[in-house]
Amino acid sequence: MTYLVLSDGTVFKGSALGAEGDGFGEVVFNTGMTGYQEILTDPSYAGQIVVFTYPLIGNYGINLDDFESNGIKPTGIVVKEACEKPSNWRSRQSIHEYLLEQNLSAIQGIDTRALTKRIRSGGVTMGLITRDPDAAIAKMKAQKSYGDTNFVEQVTTTEPYAWGFGGREDFSTDTEGFRGTIAVLDCGLKYNILRRFAALGIKSLVYPSSASADQLLEHNPNGVLLSPGPGDPALLSPVVETVKSLIGRKPMFGICLGNQLLCRAAGGDTFKLKFGHRGSNHPVKNLVTGHVTITSQNHGYAVHPETLEGTQAQVTEINMNDETVEGISIKGEQAESIQYHPEAAPGPWDSRLHFVNFVDQIIGS
Amino acid sequence: MKKILVIGSGPIIIGQAAEFDYAGTQACKSLKEEGYEVVLINSNPATIMTDEETADAVYIEPLTPEFCERVIARERPDGLLPTLGGQTGLNLASQLAERGILEKYNVTLLGTQLDAIRKAEDREEFRGLMRTIKEPVPESWIIESEDELHALLDIVPYPCIVRPAYTLGGTGGGIANTQEELIEIGRKGLKLSMRTQLMIERSLLGWKEVEYEVMRDKNGCVITVCNMENFDPMGVHTGDSIVVAPSQTLSDVEYHLLRTASLKIISALKIEGGCNVQLAVNPESFDYYIIEVNPRVSRSSALASKATGYPIARVAAKIAIGKTLDEIENMVTKTTKACFEPALDYCVVKIPRWPFDKFGGGDRSLGTQMKATGEVMAIDRSFEAAFMKAIRGLEVKQKDLRHSRLQGTHEEPAISDSDLMKLLQFPTDERLWGVAEAIRRGMSNDEIYAVAKVDSWFLDKMRLLMDVEERLVRVRITAGESESLEEVVRDAFLIGFPSHSIRSLLAADQWITDAVSELNVKYDMTTVANLDGAVSDAVFGLANYMDWRAEGERYAPTPSDPIPEYHMGSINQQAIDEVRNEAYRAGLGPFLFKRLESITVGEFLAFTEEARRIIEEVKVQPVFKMVDTCAGEFESATPYYYGTFEQENDVVAG
Repeated sequence: MTYLVLSDGTVFKGSALGAEGDGFGEVVFNTGMTGYQEILTDPSYAGQIVVFTYPLIGNYGINLDDFESNGIKPTGIVVKEACEKPSNWRSRQSIHEYLLEQNLSAIQGIDTRALTKRIRSGGVTMGLITRDPDAAIAKMKAQKSYGDTNFVEQVTTTEPYAWGFGGREDFSTDTEGFRGTIAVLDCGLKYNILRRFAALGIKSLVYPSSASADQLLEHNPNGVLLSPGPGDPALLSPVVETVKSLIGRKPMFGICLGNQLLCRAAGGDTFKLKFGHRGSNHPVKNLVTGHVTITSQNHGYAVHPETLEGTQAQVTEINMNDETVEGISIKGEQAESIQYHPEAAPGPWDSRLHFVNFVDQIIGS
Repeated sequence: MKKILVIGSGPIIIGQAAEFDYAGTQACKSLKEEGYEVVLINSNPATIMTDEETADAVYIEPLTPEFCERVIARERPDGLLPTLGGQTGLNLASQLAERGILEKYNVTLLGTQLDAIRKAEDREEFRGLMRTIKEPVPESWIIESEDELHALLDIVPYPCIVRPAYTLGGTGGGIANTQEELIEIGRKGLKLSMRTQLMIERSLLGWKEVEYEVMRDKNGCVITVCNMENFDPMGVHTGDSIVVAPSQTLSDVEYHLLRTASLKIISALKIEGGCNVQLAVNPESFDYYIIEVNPRVSRSSALASKATGYPIARVAAKIAIGKTLDEIENMVTKTTKACFEPALDYCVVKIPRWPFDKFGGGDRSLGTQMKATGEVMAIDRSFEAAFMKAIRGLEVKQKDLRHSRLQGTHEEPAISDSDLMKLLQFPTDERLWGVAEAIRRGMSNDEIYAVAKVDSWFLDKMRLLMDVEERLVRVRITAGESESLEEVVRDAFLIGFPSHSIRSLLAADQWITDAVSELNVKYDMTTVANLDGAVSDAVFGLANYMDWRAEGERYAPTPSDPIPEYHMGSINQQAIDEVRNEAYRAGLGPFLFKRLESITVGEFLAFTEEARRIIEEVKVQPVFKMVDTCAGEFESATPYYYGTFEQENDVVAG
């Protein structure tokens, strides 16, 4: 028997999945019906226990292609039912085997709908996946809470590296065959961002989040990308300073955490959402064109629109569900960002055009 | 615009599931909600669509251009909405437009425009459009001589379909698996074709079949309401296929590859409203082909609406009058808009219902022409439970995965292995039980897949159900020695077996206990040497009674043969037959014959007593969950509920 204990003492009983041992994190839910492999390896889930609302997880197994980073990033997962015998031509192992290999403890057999509704009404909460529910509360109290932890420094790359047509490679400024290069500030990026750029003929030079503006611009990239990443952007003042000093020097595009960093760099503030946006079905309206697009989302913090008043930043896109900010741009500068994930993985490909547009902007079409 | 004419779907016919009735009614309600005066023309009295509250004026008239014109002349509607009445409505609208009637009375055609519909439905125009937007359609070649046939041998993909042009009833066509077969079928076809013309097309038999329900508004905003995956692969009409929602065996990349293709198609067709895209997917690669596009609300839309809680027809009607997805209120959450994609937190299974039980001797084979006359849908948190519920919903004899004709009765032998393979390869309405029987006989997934092409995900799910069935049988045969009765009963409930199935698999029905104990008292079976015969009499309805009494003189009742009174009181022949079949289905015969040496009748009776008690004790009570389109993310309300074995009730009944 395995348990999920929430910080208020609520206990959900389930059965073991994956490795033995405890998993501590902020309990969040994702409503996507596919994409568990991408979610499991998305660095933005660092420090979180992900509840999958879709009950049948692992149906198509784990394959060799759809990883979004070098390994599992959440600290636990909660599912209704993990499929033991997946079926898909690319499948190489079951989700249970992958969790074992990556040493992640998880829980199955939970009424994930009841848990989701609880998070919806009470907001996200800390939780522990454990075999020993009696000791859970004490164990949780001994841990640093999610909001006080700088996860970016845990997931960012330690060394700069490059990403070309063949995927990840050693850092080099050799750009033969490429249309241009982009400097990526890695706060916890997903590989598919780099894959999208490579597909458009752009080589990515990926830097640790501690890199300075000068380092990022050292090899004269055509533009700068601010990556997604985990945690509260308010803990990232040095990175915000870097972003601030990049504004106006090179065209810049931010995704997810990148949107929040650009907001803070412009002088705005961010806040924590009650239970965040995590799923593949979020409608976003572009305030300029009026067009609505279905987007992939994964964020717990959002841009505070009122705090942008009087700054150079303006809101460009909003979420149709709760009208939160989905995109901003800096007036007069080539700097803009969006809160959702145009790289998808998982989720709809409808906003891939952002990559095309950004590349057109920095290279010319 | 004030007044809108809606064309209904006319009589319900085979090959529909009354979906147009649903869609048309929803549309009328939706238009009235927006304040329009709705005029309806429909000749079908047996539909709520022609009820008085559905429209402001209802014309019970034949759905022909002449009658329609008269209604238009009298009512003078401003708009005509044809896309929610199925093919009848679309055809009628085209005729009205062609004859200049719409122009004459200044009636605007609402929703998807006719040229868009033509583009989707005309084979050549559609293929042309797909080529323009680079979406794959199955390759085809037209040849007119043997030389051309030989030139193609190395080019065409095998298997391929050969269709001679202009032959009566398509004679001379077929599927060629090799070059030799193509030469043979091709030559014959060329001879049979009146114009010596053949079409050769890539065969997609056995590929996965997947559908997307998509919507688009006049601003070009596009969404997917639902996707679905067929249990039955390509080759069986979708309307005759078991369908699950959402898809189960597509990875995120595949899901969105096909979703993107579907959205590209609805955008290229400039559809304003709902649209259904059917795709064939190679189970071993990223290859796919567009099979068909229905540029209107269809049977799949009805299923998708109820499966997700998203009211497709209602929203399509509002799009037709010019509203956009971001303006239309989401009736489910009340706070969000219709512009989003439903997230399911359950599994939906649809099984078609065929009329074969009403027409004995009818051809039960399933192919490209739809034969179902209805369908049932079931929802649960697991595929297994939804599947088992859907089977019960069918209202056929079978209530679980057992099938007496396939498994055999005391009178008829079980279906042979070779006939079983044929059933798997050439599907009929009984194939799902055929798959179950193949698993029961120990066939591997590969063996079943080789003929049935049913994805191993479904086979493994059915295997999980069959495992429980086997455990129930084993625990009965061993009178509770193989494992804890309580555990297996609980597992059976949780995976989706209904209590009557569990009872009959455990031979714990009251009638069996009664029959056995009655005999036990009468003949004191514990002291009789030939117990086998005695107890089999009991469970086979005493039919073999004479066999035991008269040593070898078998008692074979005929309909006219009165049942001797000392048999079982007042049980009649029909009841005895039922009892015998039921007992056979329950696998009771083998148990009694095999096991009576080691368990006594007393032990058997004690076991059935215990089993009944445990079934009642363990009986898990389902809670009810709501279909809410958003997997619990927002507060919401739909009138759609499903029962499931979970911890928390969504809404307390009041």
